[in-house]
Amino acid sequence: MSERNEWPLWEVFVRSKAGLDHKHCGSLHAADPQMAIQLARDVYTRRQEGTSVWVVRSDQITASDPGEKSSYFDPMEDKVYRHPTFYVLPKSLDHM
Amino acid sequence: MYTQAMDTMGKDRDDAPKAVRSADELARQQAFDARIDAGDFIEAKDWMPEHYRKTLVRQISQHAHSEIVGMLPEGNWITRAPTLKRKAILLAKVQDEAGHGLYLYAAAETLGTSRDQLVEALHSGKAKYSSIFNYPTLTWADMGTIGWLVDGAAIMNQVPLCRCSYAPYARAMVRICREESFHQRQGFESLLTMMSKGTAAQKAMVQDAVDRWWWPSLMMFGPPDSESPNSEQSMRWGIKRISNDDLRQKFVDATAEQAKILGVTLPDPELRWNEARGHWDFGAIDWREFWQVVGGDGPCNRERLAARVKAWDDGAWVRDAALAHAAKQGQLREAA
Repeated sequence: MSERNEWPLWEVFVRSKAGLDHKHCGSLHAADPQMAIQLARDVYTRRQEGTSVWVVRSDQITASDPGEKSSYFDPMEDKVYRHPTFYVLPKSLDHM
Repeated sequence: MYTQAMDTMGKDRDDAPKAVRSADELARQQAFDARIDAGDFIEAKDWMPEHYRKTLVRQISQHAHSEIVGMLPEGNWITRAPTLKRKAILLAKVQDEAGHGLYLYAAAETLGTSRDQLVEALHSGKAKYSSIFNYPTLTWADMGTIGWLVDGAAIMNQVPLCRCSYAPYARAMVRICREESFHQRQGFESLLTMMSKGTAAQKAMVQDAVDRWWWPSLMMFGPPDSESPNSEQSMRWGIKRISNDDLRQKFVDATAEQAKILGVTLPDPELRWNEARGHWDFGAIDWREFWQVVGGDGPCNRERLAARVKAWDDGAWVRDAALAHAAKQGQLREAA
């Protein structure tokens, strides 16, 4: 069995209803973009889970390196002043 | 259950976990164990022990194969469903099973094994699927009984898998569990309709189906804990959450009560409520039959595998044509 003949892998993103983001929900194999969209409908929206579908070839995605997770994301850990709760205000205007 | 043949793992020589090779690997292994202990999810690109990866590929692909082969016994009745309503329901259920197989194949592929490799392992007989799908579907009542008992057992096993430490598998299981509950309910409702409104012959047909499916359903949970050598490691890694025997007991407890509502007798003279244990006692399972079916000699093993291989081979020209079409469209786009 030749690996060359395997249909490429696609990542599927579904918008569950108008106003919400497209969210990653899984992947599937398809020969071309049109087929990927059609199969995504049958595989991931059999119960009206979506109003819109995106597909993208999995090999086209660039991702951060999980091994670098701490050096990449941890520097944000001590920047508490980026959150509104860091600032203590008088009770009378604490809803600001 | 859908992954019961996991319990045969460890019998091949190359299944044994490899010894740790270096200090670096030991450190990674310890960090991994700490994450598991902390209840962290492991994602596809994270470092993981080779044996963890291998165990998961095997378990998830067996689960996927079970969904795909599981379409065959029910597909047998689609054209003979008694009403349009029942036909639509059965079609939707079988389509769900195809979908579940696809979610699971995709989850297994995140571990670095290609779809073709997974399918090839099934077709060559190297990979297993659940023993339950090697039994024939002889009457229409088998459709309801599969929904009630087989999907009931599947759900009981799959709900804890939603908390599996391997996140892509856990996410697939969440989706599957959400969809699967209709499978069991439609089966029970179909049987209840026959038992409450049916003729004497129809009621007898339901009882006959329950008689045939009861014991194979109990076998779905896999061998007893005492003979399930890989369970401990799977529990340690958060791949398996509840033991075979505990799940089986839970299933018997739930089903014994449901059988009363349905008005059928479960074919076990030793089945009785045990006040002291707070559980239903049940008779001994014929494990010889289980190992025979897992080993390839069940009533329909050859037929099921032959049907899958034929479908794959007959579809080869479609797969090739779709790729050729995609390549041609790509060339046309580039030329334009």
